[in-house]
Formats: sequence, structure tokens, C-alpha cells
Amino acid sequence: MVVRIFFLFTKIGVFTIGGGYAVIPLIERDIVSRDWLTKEELYELIAVTESLPGVFATNIAALVGYKVYGLKGGVFAALGTIIAPFFIIIFIAMFFTKFQENIWVAKAFKALRPAVVALIVAPCFSVAKANNLTLKTAVFPALALILMIFFKVSPVWIVIFGCLGGLLYTFKLQK
Amino acid sequence: MKIGVFGFGGGYAMLSLIQDEVVTRNHWMTNEEFTDLVAISQTTPGPIGINTATFAGYSAVENAGYSPFMSVFGSVLATLTVCLPAFLLIIFISYSYKKFRDNRVFNAILNGIRPLSIALIGFAAFTLMTPQNFTDYMSPIFFLGTLYLSIRYKTHPVILIVGVALLGIIFY
Repeated sequence: MVVRIFFLFTKIGVFTIGGGYAVIPLIERDIVSRDWLTKEELYELIAVTESLPGVFATNIAALVGYKVYGLKGGVFAALGTIIAPFFIIIFIAMFFTKFQENIWVAKAFKALRPAVVALIVAPCFSVAKANNLTLKTAVFPALALILMIFFKVSPVWIVIFGCLGGLLYTFKLQK
Repeated sequence: MKIGVFGFGGGYAMLSLIQDEVVTRNHWMTNEEFTDLVAISQTTPGPIGINTATFAGYSAVENAGYSPFMSVFGSVLATLTVCLPAFLLIIFISYSYKKFRDNRVFNAILNGIRPLSIALIGFAAFTLMTPQNFTDYMSPIFFLGTLYLSIRYKTHPVILIVGVALLGIIFY
């Protein structure tokens, strides 16, 4: 059983290219169809995962694995999602330095770099939409951005400020 | 590498933390190298947060002049530390996750962080907007084109990366 969970999530890991949310339909197909979990349970787990720190795909795997087969299930499901990408990356990293000197590769990367920056910016918009960001609430991310860019405040502090700010807002101002 | 703990809001918010640690603070690699690494992490299978951590772990140790074996060790460490804190938290939550979801303290913290994850993502992008990454007049075209396709048509990142790479080979 543990072995089956491990390999199922290995398969799922290989197919999550890019964003972690790509795993949801895969889990639905492979896990729910086996009656290990109901659809409602899966969506509940997804809601929990969304609010957790860390990597979405691995977190959801750990939760689903745990739900299906306890602690062992959780550990092996999480490892399953990491293992294949891990070896692929190691393999690429080993040859990357030599690879980079290739003229075609250099050309491709010269064009890719600005495009990658764009791909990083893009989720800003979808996250803003998902959070129903209004002009009033946009003040906070804007302020955080200014602090990081002009005052060299570390992102770690921004995360900590966010925690404290959320607590303050809920418990002091909303009474 | 304490990045995993702070990686709220998915892989992209995590990038700014990884970059802060690896480029800005410890100078393990240049901004340019980091951008290349993100490009590769996006095209290869697996969650981007993990891929970037694995790759950064390897390159950081390699750049410091160690052998490939040590570099592999570096990436193992980076990968595990990125996942471990969240994993422990999950095990902890699994015992009582329904209770946890309605927990006021937890929800308050989340409400504070969610809007800030936008700033984290924006900051990662901002620090990568350097002359090394935007080399000539073609760069803004690639940047805006990718941004437009990604937001307006939700074109898959892999398709965009492969497409831009081809354009680069043709036009440079």
C-alpha cells in the first residue's frame, strides 16, 4: 500500500510542471477514483493546504497520504512528489555549467531571462484577483514593496509583519 | 535554509525568499544565474518551489568550489529543508484539522499574510529586473509579450518558455 502511494505520487510529481495547482486534477483522477478519498474530503484538504506555508504540491500529497494511510502514507506521498523532479534537476544542474557555454543555449537564455521575470510578475495579478484586493487593501502590499525595495527590509520581516498585522486587525480593530 | 517556513502563498512567493537568502545575503550566485535557474525550474517537472531550491542548493555549493558529490549533498539539504517545516506542520494539523480551520488566531495570521504575498512576488520580480537580465531593446518585448499572454490568455508557462527560447535562438 505504501509503495503504491509512493509511486502514485511520483507520477503526480512528474506531471506538475510549473504551478502546484496542476496536481489537483491528477489527485482527483488517481486517488478519488480509487475510493481512497471522497471528493468532498479532497476539497477540504485543498482548503487546508492553501492556507499552509510551503510547497503546495508536496503539502497536499502529505495530507492526502496521511488521510489514506496514516503517518507512513503521508511521508511516502510527500517523498513521492519530490523524488523524480529532484533527480531531473540534479542531472540538469550537473551539466548546466558546460551547457551554458553552448552558443545556442546562451542565445535562448538571453531571450528567456526577461520572459521569466514576466512569468514571476504574472501571478501577482491572479493573486490580487483571488483576494478581492481593493484600493484600500492594496495599500499593504504596496507599502511592503516600498519597504523591501527602498529600505532594504528583508522579505522575512515582511512575512512576520504580515502575521502580526493580521492578528492585530482581527483582535483589536474588529471588536 | 529557513525558507520553507516562510513560504506562504505558494511557490512564487517563495522565490523572493530564496533569492534574498541565496543572492542578496550570502552571495552564493549572481542574479543572472538565479534567473536562469528559475527558467529551468519552471520547465522541468515538479513544483517550482522545490525545483528552485534543489537547483539553488546544487549551484551554491558548486560555485563555492566543491566537488559534484558535495553539490548533490547541498541540493538534498536544500530540498529537505524547504519541505520539512511544512511537513511537520501538516502532521500536526492532520490530528485536528477541522478544529484548526476554524481557529481564529490562525485565520487572523493568514488574513495578514495573503495580501503581502503579492508584494513578495512583486519584489522577486523587481530584483530580477537588472541590466544583466534586460540586455537590449529586445528584452522589454519579450517581457511584455510573455506578461500579456500569461495574464490575458493564461498560456502555460512551459509553452511560453519554449517559445521564447526558440525566438531567442532565431533573433540573437
